[in-house]
Amino acid sequence: MSGVLVILEQRTGTWNRMSFEAIAAAQQLADKLSVTVTIAIPAGKDFATDGFETHGKAPTAAFLVQHDLLEPYTSDAYVIALEQLIKKLSPDYVLFPHTYQVRDFAPALATRFKQVLISDVIAIHDGPTFVRQLLQGKLNADYKHSATGPCFVSIQAGSFRADESTTPITPEIFTPELSSSQIRNKPGERFRESSQTVDLSQAPVIVSVGRGIGEQDNLPIVEELAQALGAELAASRPICDNGWLPMERQVGSSGQTVTPKLYLAVGISGAIQHLVGTKTRTPPSSR
Amino acid sequence: LKIVVAIKQVPERDAPIHIASDGKWIDDADLNYTINEPDAYALEEALQLKEKNGTGEVIVVCAGPERVQSTLREALAKGADRAIHIEADSLTALDTLGIAQILADAIKPESPDLILTGLQSDDLGLGQTGVVLAELLNIPSATIIMHVEPTGSGLKVKRELEDGWFQHVEMPLPALLTIQSGGNKLRYATLMGIKKAKTKELKTVAASATSTTPAITLERVYLPEKQKKTEMLTGSPAEVANKIVEKLKFEVRVI
Repeated sequence: MSGVLVILEQRTGTWNRMSFEAIAAAQQLADKLSVTVTIAIPAGKDFATDGFETHGKAPTAAFLVQHDLLEPYTSDAYVIALEQLIKKLSPDYVLFPHTYQVRDFAPALATRFKQVLISDVIAIHDGPTFVRQLLQGKLNADYKHSATGPCFVSIQAGSFRADESTTPITPEIFTPELSSSQIRNKPGERFRESSQTVDLSQAPVIVSVGRGIGEQDNLPIVEELAQALGAELAASRPICDNGWLPMERQVGSSGQTVTPKLYLAVGISGAIQHLVGTKTRTPPSSR
Repeated sequence: LKIVVAIKQVPERDAPIHIASDGKWIDDADLNYTINEPDAYALEEALQLKEKNGTGEVIVVCAGPERVQSTLREALAKGADRAIHIEADSLTALDTLGIAQILADAIKPESPDLILTGLQSDDLGLGQTGVVLAELLNIPSATIIMHVEPTGSGLKVKRELEDGWFQHVEMPLPALLTIQSGGNKLRYATLMGIKKAKTKELKTVAASATSTTPAITLERVYLPEKQKKTEMLTGSPAEVANKIVEKLKFEVRVI
């Protein structure tokens, strides 16, 4: 094939919804280039495709990259399996949602093809030119792919709107050659540090504080403001890293995602990792 | 453990942003540089691992022009044992793969047990150098690591996942980890440390000749277009407060 291949992300059958934003980005790119979109889902053996629906237009082809060793996730298994799929399909572009998992394996996968992942892309222009942010969002940059071979791109959360309409599809099964001896890391169970007692996701008003407040002694000023507004107090990562506020009050990619009516940012520069926590997520998927 | 920490020197966070005349980066004439913050946490993790173990060596590696030596000296003052400066006048001519390749070529002869680096850089923020370096050296990697614990045969690391989740991962050595900010408290260099740093080895090596042309190129940089409307409210603090309350009450209707 030529065209755009999108790698979706799921875990034990639950979608990472950023996958559907990556599909939207792929569709936009494919329309610009007048090429087709193919989707692929890496999954373990138990993954059922019955009633599987994708968002947006029906892709030209869909593959379920299925193997026992793809669940739970390991970088080694993903790199080896997807390398085989990409070699088989030889797409011009490979798109991913810019998730923590993609950050863990996609750079190594691109290296296998002597390519460099254009990561955390916020827009795609004609050319194609891929836009990403530098210096914590203070600057934008246009990147171009300048090598022959597939171009690897990951899409920042909230940058493309996932299509709400869904299309049922039946993916073709692709079985990669994988053996357990190739997998070096042994992942454990996922866990949460403490039971989260603060649920920022439902708060209608949030006063959020960042490192711009200078010192911990200034925190009471912001606390007073939050109290006056009946707001939940939240923070960007550096504040929680410093222990000025507990981790459970952190908004951002590693913290909570919030959708208040009013978000008052005090001393927050607006780094990407923080902003993704304040962007509305895509509509829930159909499964 | 023999630990290599790969660090990057980046413009300070509050650096003035003036776009350079070629439109491809910011004007570096009036820039001050510092260690990339996640790399400072990688260094801290390495120093603590050595202290807990009682033995081991921490080697800091940085690629760039001569100015990066100040950042390496600082790392030595904090407690690193020796430093390697990979001389490369213009890193902008290289993409991630090119940089990872010169790092790999300089690190390989050291045969470290463990390589640590920050999860991403504060300037380019591509977040890939560590993973690509591991792939080039054919060693396992794990990313966004909060905590490292040596086990009998390898490591047990705590990996940060999204939305407040974590996961432990066990892995063999040698390995590469990309370290998240905030896992430890950063130390300051002591006077004694600064004194000692002057006698520690700082070796300069030439960057290996990478034959590959870049796979991706940065075409131009520019200030982001403001999409949201910004309205400045002026007056005394009390007047401004009144205006804000009015807006929140009657325009936005959230209070």
